[in-house]
Amino acid sequence: MGEPGVKEVLSLEDLEAAGSVKSGRKHILSILVENKPGVLTRVTSLFARRGFNIDTLSVGPTDDDHISRITITLDGANHPIDQVTKQLHKLVNVLKIRDLEPTGAVSRELAMFKVAADGAQRAEVMQLCEIFRAKVIDVTKRSIVVEVTGTVDKIEAFERNVRPFGLIEMMRTGEIAIARGRGET
Amino acid sequence: MRAVDAVLECLKAEGVDVVFGYPGGANIPTYDALYDSGIRHILVRHEAGGGHAAEGYAKATGKVGVAFGTSGPGATNLVTPIMDAMMDSVPVVFITGQVRTDLLGTDGFQEADVIGITMPAVKHSIMIQHPNEIPRALHEAFHIARTGRPGPVVLDIPTDLSKADIDYVPITDVRLPGYQPTTEGNVKQIRQAAKALAAARRPVIYAGGGVILGNASEELVAFCRADRFPVTTTLNGLGGFPAPDPQWLGMLGMHGTRTANYAMDEADLICCIGARFDDRITGKLSEFAPRAKFIHIDVDPAEISKNVPAHIPIVGDCKGILAKLKAEYDELGADPARLSDWWQRIEGWQGKHPLAYEDSHDEEIKPQRLIEAVYEATGGDAIITTDVGQHQMWAAQYYHYKFPRQWISSGGLGTMGFGLPAAMGAAIGCPEKTVVCITGDGSIQMNAQEFATCAQEGIPVKVIISNNGYLGMVRQWQELFWDKRYSSVDMGEFPDFVKLADAYGCTGVRLTNKGTLVDDLKAAIATPGPVVVDVRVTREENTYPMIVPGEAARDMVG
Repeated sequence: MGEPGVKEVLSLEDLEAAGSVKSGRKHILSILVENKPGVLTRVTSLFARRGFNIDTLSVGPTDDDHISRITITLDGANHPIDQVTKQLHKLVNVLKIRDLEPTGAVSRELAMFKVAADGAQRAEVMQLCEIFRAKVIDVTKRSIVVEVTGTVDKIEAFERNVRPFGLIEMMRTGEIAIARGRGET
Repeated sequence: MRAVDAVLECLKAEGVDVVFGYPGGANIPTYDALYDSGIRHILVRHEAGGGHAAEGYAKATGKVGVAFGTSGPGATNLVTPIMDAMMDSVPVVFITGQVRTDLLGTDGFQEADVIGITMPAVKHSIMIQHPNEIPRALHEAFHIARTGRPGPVVLDIPTDLSKADIDYVPITDVRLPGYQPTTEGNVKQIRQAAKALAAARRPVIYAGGGVILGNASEELVAFCRADRFPVTTTLNGLGGFPAPDPQWLGMLGMHGTRTANYAMDEADLICCIGARFDDRITGKLSEFAPRAKFIHIDVDPAEISKNVPAHIPIVGDCKGILAKLKAEYDELGADPARLSDWWQRIEGWQGKHPLAYEDSHDEEIKPQRLIEAVYEATGGDAIITTDVGQHQMWAAQYYHYKFPRQWISSGGLGTMGFGLPAAMGAAIGCPEKTVVCITGDGSIQMNAQEFATCAQEGIPVKVIISNNGYLGMVRQWQELFWDKRYSSVDMGEFPDFVKLADAYGCTGVRLTNKGTLVDDLKAAIATPGPVVVDVRVTREENTYPMIVPGEAARDMVG
């Protein structure tokens, strides 16, 4: 018989707590859900009930008719993301959740801007569009509608630049993102 | 076959022998199929009664409870039991009728968006879109309700679809790609937990309702006996570890024992099994168990690190995990002597702060004395259901629960009106047991209509009303924290519960003699059929000890 006591020593001091950590960065959650009535409501009502703030949300079909994809961006400074994903996983209609690292994914957003563009101003706006590779998709005498696709930073930069000309209206789709490389998102 | 006939076939295939419910326009087809199905139906007097009865049945038997309601108000009356089942993880399938599909969305008569209304209160819900989906949806509902962390599932069936003809093929497999609960605990984590327990000098085992739901009481006891681990449970965990016992510290939390709460406060390692660090347990969260590391065993991964960060999380079914944990622990050969100092400290608290009250010096019956008398009169063997309030806490403190599923109460939601219907469900599920509902004069009136159900169906529940003429717990808070401004808590002496019992066809008795209380209770409990016992108790008695809301557990008062 050896010494009484524990054979393998473990110090309680060395144990570290896991989870509930606020990452402080922006998160893009790519969520595959069953394409059934009410599923989006389940997801959004869960966010509301648990007090999680959605920054952007976009929903669309995937290559499989039975499955839709919801892309949600939220701020990891305000919420423990592991709580968000674990609560989402409890929804029976949620099939898969991926918390995309900004460096491991490519993300895009589409925005449309209605800008006042009378006479002389029009040329300047058009020039700005060219710099941002934005497309003019509607023109009237006193305004134009511009389509911009790109990262959130790019869209926000375009907005800042176009605002002085007279921004009548802006619409944004919210981000979508896809994982880099061969693997599925 | 009509879709509703398939519903009944599916219920039989799921082993359902009793349904609690109430018919109405939109679910007449279901009741037509029920008529000669051979499944027992208990006609309750209010849908909420039916929902809570299904919960009581599920809590007492471990089987899935079933409740029926019609569309609109029938379904909205089920919302409280649905939420109650969600908070306490009770497996219940609620089947509601819905208006015809061509009326959906038109504000039709008795139309309510039941799926929408109940969405935040369900584990899952299914709106039937096509009659052929019904059998699969039903089996999915049962599967989801009973597996993983159990909970309520709502199935909403439009009345035209329930009448439709379908080709019924029995379903034997349920596959849900988005629902695969983890059952096996991670072996490495279990080993790590065993080592931490062996290294701990001041460990506490903190068990909750998950132990009862997971049928892991035996494994919990065996694990706790692997060493001299001190054990406490939550309100919902009562009966998971047999009381009284030398290793038993009593319940913890707001009205738990000082010993249990002090032990949590000074522990160096807390092993939480099937509990969720609710605010009624932790008190002020930032000062909760400041010296402790946490092992957290739970079947629901979302509970891990939700309120308190876990150092060793183990996700899975606690029955299997506890058995493995004990095996791993036994191999380590930890020295029980290392816990001697800890036990000395605990026994010091036990000696100094036993759970106690000052008995009256006259004929007045103290509510705590009433619970002790019920314990004596039933030999500690009855299934006890309660309502919510002071009587519930006294019932938790002064009746000792020795087997799982003996204690049936509304913990998470705190639903007044739960006790009587839950007792009905328990009595139907466990006909060989004495079922006693301990209630208050406020709570009992929230579902008193079910006395009629008990009388008609001959359900022999024994209802003991701890009658102080007050909404006692609110009055206590007003006394302690609101300058004794007793706003709207005095219920007077209304109604006369003996006459009420009589009117409903139950036996009613009033007990006033303190000296013969135990014998009088024995006689009342021995009376066949449903019995209502009205006991006038001290009007202004407080439930102690108490963690003051928002304060630390170590600063308990009373």
